[in-house]
Amino acid sequence: MTQAPTSNTPMTKAHSKANLAAELPKATQLKWLRDMQLIREFENRTMQAYQQAKIGGFCHIYSGQEACAVGTIASVNHDDPIVTAYRDHGHALARGMSARACMAEMFGKITGCAKGKGGSMHMFDRPNWLYGGHGIVGAQTPLGAGLAFAAKYEFEVMKKGVHPHHEPKKKVALCYLGDGAIDQGAFHEALNLASILDIPVIYIIENNGYSMGTAIHRHTANHENLISRGESYGIDSIQIDGLDIRNVYNQFKPFVDRCRENSRPGFVDLKTYRYQGHSMSDPQKYRTKEEVEEYKNKDSIARLLGNLMDEGAITEDGWKQMQNEIRDEVLDAVEFAENSPAPDPAGELFTDVYALPQKNLSPTAEYHHGAKNPLL
Amino acid sequence: MTTLEMIDSKIHPALGEWELPEFVAEADLPSREGDRVIQFREALREAMSHEMRHDERIFLIGEEVAQYNGAYKVSQGMLDEFGEKRIIDSPISENGFAGMCIGAAMYGLRPIVEFMSWSFSFVAADAILNNAPKMLYMSGGQWGCPIVFRGNDGAGGQLASTHSWCVEGLYANVPGLKMAIPSNPYDAKGLLATAIRDPDPVFFLESERMLGDKAHVPEEQYYIPFGRARLAREGDACTLVSFGRPVNFCLEAAEKLAGEGIECDVLDMRTIRPLDIDAIIESVKKTNRVVVVDQSWPFGGVSSEVITQICERCFDWLDHQPVRVNTEDVPTPYAKGLEAAYLPNPDKIAAAVKRVIAATA
Repeated sequence: MTQAPTSNTPMTKAHSKANLAAELPKATQLKWLRDMQLIREFENRTMQAYQQAKIGGFCHIYSGQEACAVGTIASVNHDDPIVTAYRDHGHALARGMSARACMAEMFGKITGCAKGKGGSMHMFDRPNWLYGGHGIVGAQTPLGAGLAFAAKYEFEVMKKGVHPHHEPKKKVALCYLGDGAIDQGAFHEALNLASILDIPVIYIIENNGYSMGTAIHRHTANHENLISRGESYGIDSIQIDGLDIRNVYNQFKPFVDRCRENSRPGFVDLKTYRYQGHSMSDPQKYRTKEEVEEYKNKDSIARLLGNLMDEGAITEDGWKQMQNEIRDEVLDAVEFAENSPAPDPAGELFTDVYALPQKNLSPTAEYHHGAKNPLL
Repeated sequence: MTTLEMIDSKIHPALGEWELPEFVAEADLPSREGDRVIQFREALREAMSHEMRHDERIFLIGEEVAQYNGAYKVSQGMLDEFGEKRIIDSPISENGFAGMCIGAAMYGLRPIVEFMSWSFSFVAADAILNNAPKMLYMSGGQWGCPIVFRGNDGAGGQLASTHSWCVEGLYANVPGLKMAIPSNPYDAKGLLATAIRDPDPVFFLESERMLGDKAHVPEEQYYIPFGRARLAREGDACTLVSFGRPVNFCLEAAEKLAGEGIECDVLDMRTIRPLDIDAIIESVKKTNRVVVVDQSWPFGGVSSEVITQICERCFDWLDHQPVRVNTEDVPTPYAKGLEAAYLPNPDKIAAAVKRVIAATA
């Protein structure tokens, strides 16, 4: 598309400091608290199940980063598409996937969000506009541009929805990645495309300071100025403290609104920390226990809880009750996953390979359609 | 839902409503005879333009497809007709734009991605191999990837080793994708039209050396079903099986052999995945001899797969072991004579047929 010469210049850098969260109903913030605690509790049970060998493969725990997913998802509409990397349980739950479907997927059960074909790293939820969990570092970054491109195309070119009963509108796509993914070529290609084609995709770097076990100063150049990555492509870029959900909302909401309005990409260096290792098999020799403790003292859930208690929005008893409800919900999810049937190889191995199975696509079997996805 | 029910209802849970062309028998396709002669590249353009007029979800993206009118002039004039929002020049950034279009296809659009050459697709390997063909499976049937990747495959003219790839040997290995490879302008139009309508990712392999080839191509849009080979020439002495450009070499070889009283069946397979093994078996049962001609390398390639399936399915009908003719097993050389020696050609094919026949005569 031909661009006006001025369209690549970054938008204003004067980011809003307004306390938007303070204007929200307390019920909304209690929902944030609940969503964050649900992720924390869910991940605790996930680790337990993994240690009991009920969950296989690679498994990446989101604990510590809850304010990132919950705060950013709270700032957009439900039908704004989102896509993320393999540390994806938090995004799935924050987007509204049931704890049951998420846990059952990890247990490799037919009731899981991908019928047990994806596992921990591949959480997909069509009704909640979650386009995966993606296992290859950085692979989701061009996909994110494509989701936003398509939404814009639907709105501007087709002027009608590609999905039945869905009116096109001005959307943004959120594309999450870790700080490790900014070193991938796919990411840089995606930023360049998003900028030259004016694609409203927001790249959210959940910067937990480590690319697997390699600290940020060892894995990426100019690490103290990550937003220069976005700015160098003419993309409006912002750094946000991701440990304080109110701060995330206060800064991210106006930022994303502007990207939507101007149909431009955005880049967010969202500073956070993960409490667990990179994956379940990480002995964490690359960081100290003191460092982990230091961040746990700045815990995002404790911070929001403290604020809400100070403001009288929740009592000690209320918090206990919320925790109990969440514990029950997650235990129910574990029980559901445990008791769900595994996918039957005879029925499911050769399904979902082709939307249009045809004869002679494979020398060894015929593809066919299997059980309908439980989320559809 | 069974496949048949699904085709009837034209609804897939992952893809919503869609319109499949009616699959017709070979005899019901429009005539191949006629005097409306156009080039291979124009046939490709007609297929795309017709589908784009019919379905606004389709857009074309690639290097130089718009303002430059196509590096090989396949998309000439399409920018004028469809505008810059549907005919999109991309930066030289295959991983980026191929991946972007996979995201767009997941959302519900129908992208056509032009690779100037399939040799340039390797920098997009993660997107086109790890994402597009696996999305439906990984998501448990929630999202498909209705996308066409198309471009030049195979040796151009002295482009040397990095620009002369035949990707079919590598890429056909991956379940979840379909692969079409026309050998002439008529099939190019009919197969590309089908590829664009297909709800799965289709890898469409063209050839720079054939883009100027001319033949009669009907004006109307028609859809050649995937997985149906065309018997391009009939004979009973030997079966020649081939894909894409080398089909023409097989026809030349067969013509030459006919002069010596050797008549061959020549099967133009049209698609590699699905592979019309039934047509091959039917022919082998008649000729009892088979030579497979494939422009990719021999080790673990398309010919290996075809021959394996022949051995698995009709071993007892063979009077001679199957023989393959491939590009020679070296990187593509630059020098004219070396390149010619490297490629399959009618002489190599005729020699292979004679060898098979002599041993069993």
